[in-house]
Amino acid sequence: MQTATPAKTVDPSGGFSRSSLGSLLIWGLVLGVLAWSWQGAEIRPMALIGDSANMAEFAAGFFPPNFADWRIHVSEMIVTVQIAIWGTVLAVVCAVPFGLLSSSNIAPAWIYQPVRRLMDAARAINEMVFAMLFIVAVGLGPFAGVLALWVHTTGILAKLFSEAVEAIDPQPVEGIRATGANVLEEIVYGVIPQVMPLWVSYTLYRFESNVRSASVVGMVGAGGIGVTLYDVIRSFDYAQTCAVMLIIIAFVTVIDLISARIRKTLM
Amino acid sequence: MHAIHVSGLTKTFGSRRALDDVSLTIAPGEMVALIGASGSGKSTLLRHLSGFVAGDCGEICICGEAVQNGGRIARNVRDLRSHIGFIFQQFNLVGRLTLLTNVLTGQLHRIPTHRSLLRIFTRKERDLGLQALAEVGMERYAFQRASTLSGGQQQRAAIARALVQGAKVVLADEPIASLDPESSRKVMEILARVNREHGCAVLVSLHQVDVALRYCPRVVAMRDGRVVYDGPAAGLSPEFLKDLYCCDPEAASAGAPPAGAPEPVALPLAA
Ligand SMILES: Nc1ncnc2c1ncn2[C@@H]1O[C@H](COP(=O)(O)OP(=O)(O)O)[C@@H](O)[C@H]1O
Ligand SMILES: [Mg+2]
Repeated sequence: MQTATPAKTVDPSGGFSRSSLGSLLIWGLVLGVLAWSWQGAEIRPMALIGDSANMAEFAAGFFPPNFADWRIHVSEMIVTVQIAIWGTVLAVVCAVPFGLLSSSNIAPAWIYQPVRRLMDAARAINEMVFAMLFIVAVGLGPFAGVLALWVHTTGILAKLFSEAVEAIDPQPVEGIRATGANVLEEIVYGVIPQVMPLWVSYTLYRFESNVRSASVVGMVGAGGIGVTLYDVIRSFDYAQTCAVMLIIIAFVTVIDLISARIRKTLM
Repeated sequence: MHAIHVSGLTKTFGSRRALDDVSLTIAPGEMVALIGASGSGKSTLLRHLSGFVAGDCGEICICGEAVQNGGRIARNVRDLRSHIGFIFQQFNLVGRLTLLTNVLTGQLHRIPTHRSLLRIFTRKERDLGLQALAEVGMERYAFQRASTLSGGQQQRAAIARALVQGAKVVLADEPIASLDPESSRKVMEILARVNREHGCAVLVSLHQVDVALRYCPRVVAMRDGRVVYDGPAAGLSPEFLKDLYCCDPEAASAGAPPAGAPEPVALPLAA
């Protein structure tokens, strides 16, 4: 330590000035990208200020929230949670094999490379897009939402699962191998116990996100509270919109809290 | 039939020759120490015996069956491994599984895969595991996670796993290198008992020569990947040992049998 520190600061090759030049370059690049995106995104702060009267009126329309149809909304919200449950469960079932097959310490390159690309594709396309496609295939309704979440979440969980698998300690696996166990037994006894806490934690985390996603896939017709939300927004019924949003917030918050509690006990 | 038979085994890692024409024969029921400075090739040899690594050339047979030959690992290596109990320096138990489950993995090779993958063990299989744990004095901890136990306790459970396996050959790679003296003594006594009572051939690599001399009637010494001594423990001279460890300051003090030790070359367990 004592000898290493001065060796670094008194670097004769001018490492300090080179690194400061580099950071200047990076900052320039970051600012450039921000300016460039400002134009593309057509950001107009003046619009917010100029239309402030409109905005205030618009916001006032939300209050007081209209809970007249709360029974229907809550039952739709429950459907949303059910969509999220099945979307997540089916995704976990697929993400376990796909995750293992995309781990470089389990599968050879000719397997894990194509599987990873497949998972990249599943992850790259947003669940809304999948929902619209599945509506064409299976019709309007929650099932299309389940299928959409399933595909997208499989892509995400497979990647997270395989990252956990690639970080395991190989020694216990070799211990299992030494007993004459076969490859699947090595995985079940040597790998899975090591990654289980992380896998469960990732799954719960994705379930939380899927409850939020399930409430928007409804907006393209794939069932649940999103359908209701879309209807009330389209009919300019902001008091009801507010009620629906509050119900979503309440459900999502409670689920987040429960799942965070479970994840904490696991870690 | 030999328990272990190695002939002409050579292995190079890049330009470094880790094993150089190693030949070795160990009879059933023998207890043999493998000594040598670090980097002399002890671990590499043991890992070849279990078929974890393929050599460049040479042949290895365990209990008369080829594990590898001419650089090719046998197809049935997993079956052959079930006859070999392997004890690792770092125990290699699965920390989050109970000690009993860890020990039960020793019989996976006998259990149909559809049952083993669901982790379903019969009463008889569990009893065998508990019995093995009792034999190493660890039955009290059967239902505790392996990670909650000390190194010595984990190593004893690792030996129980080899017992459940029904291993005929036990390979131990520096099994006591990370243990305190008292745990080391227990582990060595258990290994000696496994050799004596189960008739297992035991090949144990050791860094401490005094331990090797105390427990093993026969010693194989390696240096730079070659076998430089193979014979009775009593035949090792202090000069030879000093020379064997000359480039290994870590073990220099252990190079010669400790002066004034109560039983320098005695074999207390060879009843
Ligand atoms: N996987 C490997 N890759 C490259 N070199 C290795 C590998 N395994 C062992 N070696 C080398 O082989 C030699 C013998 O190592 P090892 O068998 O671990 O010695 P020992 O167990 O006697 O201390 C060492 O020089 C080591 O660096
Ligand atoms: Mg070693």
